[in-house]
Amino acid sequence: MFDRIQDAIGGAYRALSGKGTISEANIRQAADDVRTALLEADANYQVVEAFCEEIVAEALGREVTRSLKPGQEFVGVVHRKLVELLSPPDGAEPGVVQVAPPPTVVMMCGLQGSGKTTTCAKLAAYLKKRGRSCLLVAADLQRPAAVDQLRTVAEQVERDAPGGARVLFYAEPDQVGAYGEAVGVAVGVCQRALKEALRERVDTVILDTAGRLHVNDELMGELERVHRAVRPHQTFLVVDAMTGQDAVHSAKAFHERLHVDGVVLTKFDSDTRGGAALSINRVTGAPIRFIGVGEKLDALEEFHAERIAGRILGMGDVVTLVEKAQEEVSEEEAAALQEKLARGEMTFDDFLKQLRAIRRMGPLKQVLGMLPGVGSALKDAQVDDKQLNRIEGIINSMTSAERRDPSLLTASRRRRIARGSASSQQEVNRLVKQFEAVSKMAKQMAGLGAIGKIKAVRQMQGQAQQLAAGGGFRPKAGTRTVSPKAGYKKRKAKRR
Amino acid sequence: MALIKGVLSKVRSGLRRTRQALAAPLRSVLSGRTLDEALIREIEAALIQADVGVAATRRLVGSIREARSSGALTRGEDALEHLKAELKAMWPSADRALRLADTPPTVILVAGINGSGKTTTTAKLAAMLQAQGKSVLLGACDTFRAGAVKQLEVWAHRLTERAGAGAPAVHLVRGAEGGDPAAVAFDACDAAVSRGVDVVILDTAGRLHTQDPLMRQLAKIRDVAAKRIPGAPHEVLLVLDATSGQNALRQAAVFTDAIDVTGIILAKLDGTARGGSVVAIRQATDIPVKFIGVGETPEDLAPFDPDAFVEALFATDDADRAA
Ligand SMILES: Nc1nc2c(ncn2[C@@H]2O[C@H](COP(=O)(O)OP(=O)(O)OP(=O)(O)O)[C@@H](O)[C@H]2O)c(=O)[nH]1
Ligand SMILES: Nc1nc2c(ncn2[C@@H]2O[C@H](COP(=O)(O)OP(=O)(O)OP(=O)(O)O)[C@@H](O)[C@H]2O)c(=O)[nH]1
Ligand SMILES: [Mg+2]
Ligand SMILES: [Mg+2]
Repeated sequence: MFDRIQDAIGGAYRALSGKGTISEANIRQAADDVRTALLEADANYQVVEAFCEEIVAEALGREVTRSLKPGQEFVGVVHRKLVELLSPPDGAEPGVVQVAPPPTVVMMCGLQGSGKTTTCAKLAAYLKKRGRSCLLVAADLQRPAAVDQLRTVAEQVERDAPGGARVLFYAEPDQVGAYGEAVGVAVGVCQRALKEALRERVDTVILDTAGRLHVNDELMGELERVHRAVRPHQTFLVVDAMTGQDAVHSAKAFHERLHVDGVVLTKFDSDTRGGAALSINRVTGAPIRFIGVGEKLDALEEFHAERIAGRILGMGDVVTLVEKAQEEVSEEEAAALQEKLARGEMTFDDFLKQLRAIRRMGPLKQVLGMLPGVGSALKDAQVDDKQLNRIEGIINSMTSAERRDPSLLTASRRRRIARGSASSQQEVNRLVKQFEAVSKMAKQMAGLGAIGKIKAVRQMQGQAQQLAAGGGFRPKAGTRTVSPKAGYKKRKAKRR
Repeated sequence: MALIKGVLSKVRSGLRRTRQALAAPLRSVLSGRTLDEALIREIEAALIQADVGVAATRRLVGSIREARSSGALTRGEDALEHLKAELKAMWPSADRALRLADTPPTVILVAGINGSGKTTTTAKLAAMLQAQGKSVLLGACDTFRAGAVKQLEVWAHRLTERAGAGAPAVHLVRGAEGGDPAAVAFDACDAAVSRGVDVVILDTAGRLHTQDPLMRQLAKIRDVAAKRIPGAPHEVLLVLDATSGQNALRQAAVFTDAIDVTGIILAKLDGTARGGSVVAIRQATDIPVKFIGVGETPEDLAPFDPDAFVEALFATDDADRAA
């Protein structure tokens, strides 16, 4: 999602590298690229302006360490700044802070359709997995079927989610009214729910409130009254990660009226660049606690500023990638592969397996964005099943010795493989080239520290670009370069 | 008749609300100032903050710069007028009406990402058509999200109830939870034909444009409707959330690729978001904006009015300054 920022920052440090000192001019140029990228990522205008001023000031005031190139130094500054912006101010732990004695009361709030109800259920599943019981409270008495929606997901969590704790549901369906009719009723419902929670001795109470506009005084007033009545320990603002410039306005208003303790960014599984993450944190100071990454009730992850900042910088979100990969590959397999990679012993079979895993891991772009180094070069590439089959065909036509050692692949062997797999020799060459590049990268990345990674990423950027330019991965049609208008016209012409 | 009147006045007041939010437009900031680089930057900032996006903003501001260097624009207010003219020209009035079939039933397919406002918009469209004396059938093709069918059912029930005796009913066709949405679409079209209903509106499940299988499912829904009723769907409406940023462009592009979107409905324009992403969308595609959503009740649907919309883009408010 931060691919564009990666691009720009990549560009910025390419422009800077090789020069001995950081001059005001080249820093400003780099900061300008960063600024554009952040704006394109929907980060708020004012936030971006302030951010860029700060990084420029900081970069200029910094002695360039002898061992580092200025480009690396600049990346370091931007990275630190991003982490700072995205981190909880008090260094608070991610997740839900529990209080003693129970129950911990968590209140959800946010604009319409941001994902509050779904997040309530996800949070219940998250807690259940950790052995904590909870009571889900239907405090949205406005939206048609909001109560049914929460009841259904609560039952799903109770029935299907892993873990041992109870998941209870509280509602007063007869209190439901049409829009504007049931304002204020939520206060009593929540108070009675709290009593129920005490009786049932649950660990956590989660209040699902109705979506409302931050400028709707009546409904914001109701929320304040609920807040005063139940005194939640945690008030979570649920925000759609695709939100644009307006994110600061709504976040600010909710924060001023309720004091937001944490933010949940939903729909992070989209291809949004997610600049809202930067904005909200800046205006509320409230930490982002969780990200929602799907409609399913287990699609909730703890938020880690370091990871996201790493992604922004094109260093790759290694941690998330590894976690995702673990869902695909068993732990032993992964460990074995890691060792192989470090020794530079990756085989074509491993390569294919990796490609297949990436394919299964979901939207390829998202995963590639997280791959160290290759992210920016391959983000527009698309590996589809057909291509995978071709690659598999080629690899299947290799002998097992060739699969282990590509240096065996002489021209005549490549011709044989091409014939055997009904592909062209260029295709075989391309695959070998890709394999070698990936294998080299993998070896370099394995076992590097953070600084080493920054260095390696810079080196790889060039290689990765060659790799992408070399083809093999078909550039995806319709991305950025091809305007949708062109596509639209084409179709219209076809229809006529 | 009373109902129609009530609807009209509601829409009017909804619009007034949006217009009021636009008070203190950039005009007041620009008036009486010469058009210099600093002022151009302010205009640029206003566009960015309205979610118009960097690329589209650069194009628009570029045309101001050009006109300034040719001497055509000298004052702040000239620049604003220039920009407004340019923006308004993007949306010809011709393509704002709902396209209805020559012989009923008309089929309208409603699609969009999660939580953008599809189901509510479906209810709003039904209310509007109902007020025009048309019978409407809602197809609950969201068989996935918890409570989705029930939500639409509540709307159908409420719309039928309040219309009173003699008014056209709002029908509902639903399928099994977790069932095939395309089958619901087929049944809805089928029922519409046999019951002689005027308009079918198919409410679909929210889906991210990045989910290929779900996008294919949407295409299947469309194809099934076409199979049952030749020429259907007559409108394919993409519901966008006005608070969305630049991702709306991707949504418009990918949904159009998958199901040939014929119109955009910009929901949730009653907040402080300006919905400027449709400017960028319009620069890139031919898809018109047909309606705006300005609230949560069935009356809160208004025809897209480029004038009011463009005015709103330049509203500055305390929130902007304080951020
Ligand atoms: N892809 C994706 N969809 C999500 C995520 N979180 C929520 N959704 C979907 O977004 C839509 C809206 O979610 P809800 O939980 O109903 O939103 P809400 O904030 O409760 O809505 P209101 O109560 O109407 O204000 C639903 O279709 C959810 O399935 C997420 O992280 N990823
Ligand atoms: N303020 C405001 N709220 C709206 C508008 N349109 C819809 N909503 C609210 O937004 C929330 C989501 O609306 P839905 O119609 O359920 O959205 P959806 O796209 O069908 O959601 P999914 O089916 O879950 O993807 C609800 O709380 C609606 O009341 C609008 O124009 N203005
Ligand atoms: Mg809800
Ligand atoms: Mg819906």
